[in-house]
Amino acid sequence: MTDSVVPNAPALSEAEARPARRHVLPWNTRWLGVGLIVVLLLVWEVAAATGRMPSLSFPRMSEILAAWWRLILSGELPRELADSLWRMFAGYFIGVLLGIMLGLLMGYFRFFYNLLEPITEVLRPIPSPAYLPIVILFLGIDDGMKVFMIAFASLFPVLINTYSGVRSVDPIQLQTARTFGVTGRKLIWQIVLPASSPYIFTGMRVSLAVALIVMVISEMVAASSGIGYFILSAQRGFQIREMFAGVLTLAVVGYVLNRLFVAIENRVLAWHYGYTQQQRH
Amino acid sequence: MTDTSRQFLRVCSVRKVFGAAGGTTVALNGVELEITKGSFVSIVGPSGCGKSTLLQIIAGLIDATSGAVFLADREVKGPPPGALYVFQQYTRSLFPWKTVERNVAFGLENRETLSRIDVAARRREIIGLVKLTGFEHHYPWQLSGGMQQRVAIARALACRPEVLLMDEPFSAVDALTRAGLQELLRSLWRELGLTVIFVTHDVDEGVYLSTRVVALTRAPGTVAADLTIDLPHPRDQIATRALPQYLDYRARLLAQLFADEGLVAGEVA
Repeated sequence: MTDSVVPNAPALSEAEARPARRHVLPWNTRWLGVGLIVVLLLVWEVAAATGRMPSLSFPRMSEILAAWWRLILSGELPRELADSLWRMFAGYFIGVLLGIMLGLLMGYFRFFYNLLEPITEVLRPIPSPAYLPIVILFLGIDDGMKVFMIAFASLFPVLINTYSGVRSVDPIQLQTARTFGVTGRKLIWQIVLPASSPYIFTGMRVSLAVALIVMVISEMVAASSGIGYFILSAQRGFQIREMFAGVLTLAVVGYVLNRLFVAIENRVLAWHYGYTQQQRH
Repeated sequence: MTDTSRQFLRVCSVRKVFGAAGGTTVALNGVELEITKGSFVSIVGPSGCGKSTLLQIIAGLIDATSGAVFLADREVKGPPPGALYVFQQYTRSLFPWKTVERNVAFGLENRETLSRIDVAARRREIIGLVKLTGFEHHYPWQLSGGMQQRVAIARALACRPEVLLMDEPFSAVDALTRAGLQELLRSLWRELGLTVIFVTHDVDEGVYLSTRVVALTRAPGTVAADLTIDLPHPRDQIATRALPQYLDYRARLLAQLFADEGLVAGEVA
């Protein structure tokens, strides 16, 4: 029998293992794009400094960064951010959990699909800002309203993807589990959930972006704290540098959250990438 | 009845009708079989003769339209604990998110109340038996096809089944790997005292492996031939396949299948 496996391949010598790294030119890497950001910021700086831009609405980049630094040191920005992130994660996790549960039910039981599919399709296309006023009527303008908004908007991408994932579980895997007497709740935990996890993660990633958006919107409409509130009130108070600092904060938060998500996804779904790569051969 | 072992596995007038939009197809039409404990029975037949359907009914994966299957005098309704099924499509049957050892332990963890230490010991023993020691922490998709099918066999054997039901398990691997898997299966069958029911479209494979070969007719499937294969043990890929009795069994089964297809042996060659 031919037991050929990749890990048994002869170990590479150190010179071979290290590719010719120093020959990779910077414009063939991601540093090219980082350079573009730096260039654009410099253009901004120069344009604002030379008065080619209205200085009231376009302060110099250096002034914005200085204001940003002050706001971080004073603790004002971290405080607003903490309020926002708390709401966002509370809503996000509720939405994800409900989305997975409903998606599982709909994918697994025809009854729940028939029951819930129409209402899903009616509610899903409504842009979340549209029902914000209704939610305010019922929940007021406190955290409960924001958490609800975020949870509700995060729910659908996870629900739809979980449903697709459950439907696409290989019937042979399910039959295999059945031959070992694994049925019911055990089957969901041990086979259906792990097998559809790549889909669930796709939905969770979409929902993360949605949660961030809905957090900002609901804070702008009605709040007395949070980063969305901060940006809008800075603009209304003509604190333009502070307003930009708030937007930059969101850029950083969005970037960090996405990197964190990808890192977790790569860890949990390592098997999936290997498996799909093998399937393609 | 005094000799119960003779009726270890009984297939009684099993009939299976599949309903489809274009009408109904009779896949199996009154199949009768009695299988002795410890035997190695191959079911051969042309593709579409319902041999896989029969195996799935025996495994309790699908229900017969009428008739019944009894395993150790208990009627089969749903997968019976004493019988395990090995699928042809090993790449789809193994769980890609579990390592080799976690796949092998899947049945053990779910079927039996064993301590962690016992599970680990049994797992190690079985992985050694199918010669996969050293690959415990690999994922199935990192292994060759033959090794993956050995993982699937190990996963079934870990539960110490009395019956192993195999649906064309070696049809997706190359000839050399297949010969290796055949030898492994024969030695496991002899060492562990298993009863094996082995579905294949390959008459040679059926004769070489088995103590008995059952040929089904094209759908609606019924038993067309039932031969006891009286070849000496241990068998050898080259010597056994050259024995006159081996060639005789093979010729009789092929003649049966060709006649069923309406072919004359001369035309086929």
